[in-house]
Amino acid sequence: MADLKLDQIRKSYGAVDVLHGVDLDVKDGEFVVFVGPSGCGKSTLLRIIAGLEDITGGDLMIDGDIVNTKSPRDRGIAMVFQSYALYPHMSVYKNMAFGLKLAKTNKAELDERVRNAAKILQLDALLDRRPAELSGGQRQRVAIGRAIVRQPKVFLFDEPLSNLDAALRVQTRIEIAKLHQKLKSTIIYVTHDQIEAMTLADKIVVLNAGNVEQVGSPMELYHHPKTRFVAGFIGSPAMNFTRVTITAVEPGRVTVQTPGGKSAVLPFEVTTDHIGTEVELGIRPEHMGLDRAGELGVDGEVEVVEKLGDSVYLYVRLANGDRVTLRAPGHCRIKIGEAVSARADAAAAHLFDRNGQAFAKLDCPEEYSAME
Amino acid sequence: MTAASSTGQGNGVRLGVVLLATPLLLWLLVLVILPHVDLLLVSLRERIAFRQYEFSFANYIAFFVEPLYWNTYVRTAVMSIMATVLTLIIGFPVSYYIAKIMRGRGKNVLFMMCLIPFWVSELVRTFGWMILLRESGVISSFLQWAGLVDGPVEMLYNDVTIMVGLVYTSMLFMVVPLVSVLDSLDDSLIEAGYDLGGNAFTVTRDIVIPHAMPGIASGCIVVFMLTLGNYLTPNLLGGKDSLWFTEQIYTQFITRFNWESGSAFGFLLLVLSSLIVWIGLKLSRQTLADTVR
Repeated sequence: MADLKLDQIRKSYGAVDVLHGVDLDVKDGEFVVFVGPSGCGKSTLLRIIAGLEDITGGDLMIDGDIVNTKSPRDRGIAMVFQSYALYPHMSVYKNMAFGLKLAKTNKAELDERVRNAAKILQLDALLDRRPAELSGGQRQRVAIGRAIVRQPKVFLFDEPLSNLDAALRVQTRIEIAKLHQKLKSTIIYVTHDQIEAMTLADKIVVLNAGNVEQVGSPMELYHHPKTRFVAGFIGSPAMNFTRVTITAVEPGRVTVQTPGGKSAVLPFEVTTDHIGTEVELGIRPEHMGLDRAGELGVDGEVEVVEKLGDSVYLYVRLANGDRVTLRAPGHCRIKIGEAVSARADAAAAHLFDRNGQAFAKLDCPEEYSAME
Repeated sequence: MTAASSTGQGNGVRLGVVLLATPLLLWLLVLVILPHVDLLLVSLRERIAFRQYEFSFANYIAFFVEPLYWNTYVRTAVMSIMATVLTLIIGFPVSYYIAKIMRGRGKNVLFMMCLIPFWVSELVRTFGWMILLRESGVISSFLQWAGLVDGPVEMLYNDVTIMVGLVYTSMLFMVVPLVSVLDSLDDSLIEAGYDLGGNAFTVTRDIVIPHAMPGIASGCIVVFMLTLGNYLTPNLLGGKDSLWFTEQIYTQFITRFNWESGSAFGFLLLVLSSLIVWIGLKLSRQTLADTVR
């Protein structure tokens, strides 16, 4: 187990830059999740940490040592691959023992460590099978087992759940969370699924186009996204956005004009030079309601209704053409084509400038700021 | 009624299979099985007088009592095995480079470059080697011009030259199955090998080679059989000293009109190649079915 430090890590393939200087501190025992859309560089970053890709610039430190040019075997890391990368010609036992065999571990210890890991992962009965004879979930566990037996300083997971079906994904996600509690090891986990990120991480790193957008705890990202990208990426369904114009600014308060022509006062710290500019207002679907009170309101027509049982998502088209998602209780009987109006608290709003940077929000009630 | 119609359909399908298989079966029967049966029968008879034959093992006994025959036989086998091994040793890194290291266009170009020499006939390619290697050839002239040697150098008509020719002729038949089997090796398996603490050697030994084994086996079988049965290359590059077993067969059939003896030699060559392929498969723990997968 170890600390990990990334200092201005850059990566280019020829003239194409895929990572533009990534800084990150990972503390011993932390569960860090890299999340972002495809092509954001999250897998490349993980492969750089694993030593499978060269670093173009910057330093990578494990336990204080710069490991930029060290081979994967000398870094004390173990990676679980998206495709599992199990060896088809070896039994489960041999797959799990392979790393220890290469490290010339003595037979008794090797056997003990493999059997221990197999017990933790409930693979005891499968040790003599070939990977081809296992289900997807079992293969996934073998791949994790192969990493565990090596007792690495850092575990790396590259989208480990993406090949599993939905039910198994939830189950395996819980297993991984439990495993982390048990092993207390440092884990870096890559996913494009923000739900995996929210549920597993101590710390989420949101990446976009080779840049770190924000690093923080799941609830920090949920309640205090620093950029419009993070606000839109974290949370499901995604946050609603609409353009508003700033009409007046006071210390700690800003007055905006909504597309409907109404004015609303919001608790943000905005400098006076923003008066008259267009900014973006975001509110999460779950913070808007048909039967809520609140300073902010929208009126529109329902285009699509999605019934999920416990709740209903309403996709609403506003008069100005913007589309807004609302979450209504499961018993809601609203139909397509109906006119609805929803309201939200001013404290639930997020405000972003033209560059997508968030304005600081003040006096936030518990509902919109609870950390853990 | 239903039963009858379904049987009718079954018959139709079966007829289709038979019709599709007919050319193949005819080819096997007329061009492979019949000649070999005849070869076996001819090899087991001895000519007593004009158009008078009787059953005998004389042709096979003659092979074992005449050292030239079985020396050539053993030499051909050993040289063929060496040529196969050399082709594998050279072909494997080439295939690995094409399949795993090159990407996109370069990969296709390299693969085509392996293929292009095979657009011209083996005879022309072998003459190409002769132009390079003969006493008055390109390399000899160059060495003299460069002042490295005093007189012309003859590089034809020795075993090394035969080996070069055989390896060159066989390379494609090794590279094609190896590239296709290595192409099917998931990159993440190799990366996982490094991640688990492997180095280039252990990853190649424990991961790449076991995966490539069916391709290695099928490449080796094809190359070995082609080399063992090669006539042109040993004959042209090795000259009179080449002592290749196919030449003995040729001599028996064509020069000596001794079809009985030639048939026996032909059969012995078949036994030799089958035996060595069988041993090779046993040693590498592969089955014939794996190699054609």
